[in-house]
Amino acid sequence: MLYRENGHFKTSYRADLALFPVREDRIAMLALLAAAFTVVPWLAGDYLLRAVLIPFVILSLAAIGLNLLVGYCGQISLGTGAFMAVGAYAAYNLQVRIEGMPLIVALLGGGLCATAVGVLFGLPSLRIRGLYLAVSTLAAQFFIDWFVNRVHWVTHDSSSGSVSVPPLTVLGVVLDTPGRRYLLCLAIVTAFALAARNLVRGAIGREWMAIRDMDIAAEVIGIQPMHAKLTAFAASSFIVGVAGALWGFIHLGAWEPAAFGLDRSLELLFMIIIGGLGSIAGSFFGAAFVVILPLLLNDVPRLLGLPLSTAVSSHLEHMVFGALIVFFLVVEPHGLARLWATGRQKLRLWPFPH
Amino acid sequence: MGFLLETMFGGLMAGMLYALVALGFVLIFKASGVFNFAQGAMVLFSALAMARFAEWIPHWLHLDSALLANVLAFGAAGMAMVGIAWAVERFALRGLVNQPPIALLMATLGIGYFIDGAGQLLFGDATYKIDVGLPKEPLILFENVFDGGLLLNKEDLVSALIAAILVAAMATFFQVTRTGRALRAVADDHQAALSVGIPLSRMWVIVWSLGGLVALVAGVIWGSKLGVQFSISQVALKAFPVVILGGLTSVPGAIVGGLLIGVGETLSEVYVGPFFGGGIANWFAYVLALVFLLARPQGLFGDRIIDRV
Repeated sequence: MLYRENGHFKTSYRADLALFPVREDRIAMLALLAAAFTVVPWLAGDYLLRAVLIPFVILSLAAIGLNLLVGYCGQISLGTGAFMAVGAYAAYNLQVRIEGMPLIVALLGGGLCATAVGVLFGLPSLRIRGLYLAVSTLAAQFFIDWFVNRVHWVTHDSSSGSVSVPPLTVLGVVLDTPGRRYLLCLAIVTAFALAARNLVRGAIGREWMAIRDMDIAAEVIGIQPMHAKLTAFAASSFIVGVAGALWGFIHLGAWEPAAFGLDRSLELLFMIIIGGLGSIAGSFFGAAFVVILPLLLNDVPRLLGLPLSTAVSSHLEHMVFGALIVFFLVVEPHGLARLWATGRQKLRLWPFPH
Repeated sequence: MGFLLETMFGGLMAGMLYALVALGFVLIFKASGVFNFAQGAMVLFSALAMARFAEWIPHWLHLDSALLANVLAFGAAGMAMVGIAWAVERFALRGLVNQPPIALLMATLGIGYFIDGAGQLLFGDATYKIDVGLPKEPLILFENVFDGGLLLNKEDLVSALIAAILVAAMATFFQVTRTGRALRAVADDHQAALSVGIPLSRMWVIVWSLGGLVALVAGVIWGSKLGVQFSISQVALKAFPVVILGGLTSVPGAIVGGLLIGVGETLSEVYVGPFFGGGIANWFAYVLALVFLLARPQGLFGDRIIDRV
């Protein structure tokens, strides 16, 4: 009743192609953004910002990047952590080696380096498909893990292999409070989420989806697989690289190569599958799920008053996490985004039964 | 020359273990179309079960014979793996019929987390020993051919023999028995197998049990060599390039791929590694498999990929 699509008469192509064609969606999105930018940093405490919101926002960005590749173009990648690492280390080197490098430029430069590496490791996708490709992308993961560990130039010759970033400033504002850091991440994520949504509704996004649905048929109707697959790898690794740079710079501050290991890649894949493949909103849902669940699982035994040792509770956490993933896949294999879509469908009629 | 052969032999031994883990993968992939990320966790779980049961059973039953204890522990661990197979089919696979492969892959990751956690919760997370009485003393061969002969490990030879017997038994089972034939039918075409009356879910339990038993053997061999600890579940990561190199659907591919990767990895670490500062074994196998796949996208012995529009 309140939320409905009929009655919106579109009188121009522009209106028909709008990012959010339904007016209620537009209003809701603006309200959500306004709340995220003003109310949330004002209300949330430092712990909430540092441990929940900043990781959530950054991992959402990485999940969006991965979703472009896996959800829209259908090329499964298990090497996302490596592309995050490339972004983080490249941004670090730009920041440390070049005097007076603005933070934003360093972050985007990290993204560009990740793009180059991503396209390089995307080249095999022209020949290898499906699960074979998925396993081949592990090559990127292990090679880059080894590379940043062994090549000391990358870590600026630090003896332990860990690097830490200098104090961060953006446009003269020192990012010293979690609130400011959160706002920077949120602004970047908002920009990239809109850009990604814009990308997937355009010609290039449609090419990706055609390749995903059936690549031979797509080739027959005149889509170049090379162009489509490599652009997908490029766009995806650019976003993932920026997310990696943010993860290193804003969330961790100082990090070791292990921060971008295989676990991170798998975690990101979890996010987009639980959130919903081929859905930008789903990337946010999935990131929220993966960030919040371990924190909750950590707190449950304490709240119930069970005296568990850390080892036992971490094993239990593993078990519950694994079981929940299987449960979610069985109950809703299309992810949280599908639940959201179903909810919207229901909302169209609400409060009437038919 | 002697050193080269010794290195190669070491590589073959490592490769045999990879091949065993890869064999579990291939069995499960063939019959249920699931790329089983949980195989590493299954190896860890079964090795932990074996190590701990071998410790506990003599206490419970007041046994003295180490052999009997080991046999009982092996049986108990095998039962545990069958239980896991049943649970996986009942609670995960049954609900995921007809889902895209990536959803199944994710489900096995979840299963892997669960088994990892459960194994360490039930059996403890320290380092344990498995002693099944494999001979430990070194063996020196061809003393009259090379200087100092070839230094080999009897334990390795025995485990290679066990692995070979296991593979032969598996091949016979698939070729000769009724169940084996049903499994091959399921691997060929799920729908056709269902329509001629083969119970799909029971076949899945059987094949996951077989995968579990192969994992158990791999776990016991690995565990008696290096001790049982969490890092065992990482062996599975080495088995991934093996399965794609050999082809996801081929049992001989798993064996040949495993041996190739094992030898290639060891030789590269010894002869090429020093130029790169060492530690290249981690990614070498993947790059080898990747380069190979560029020439032959379905792996060495995999089914040809045929696209229909």
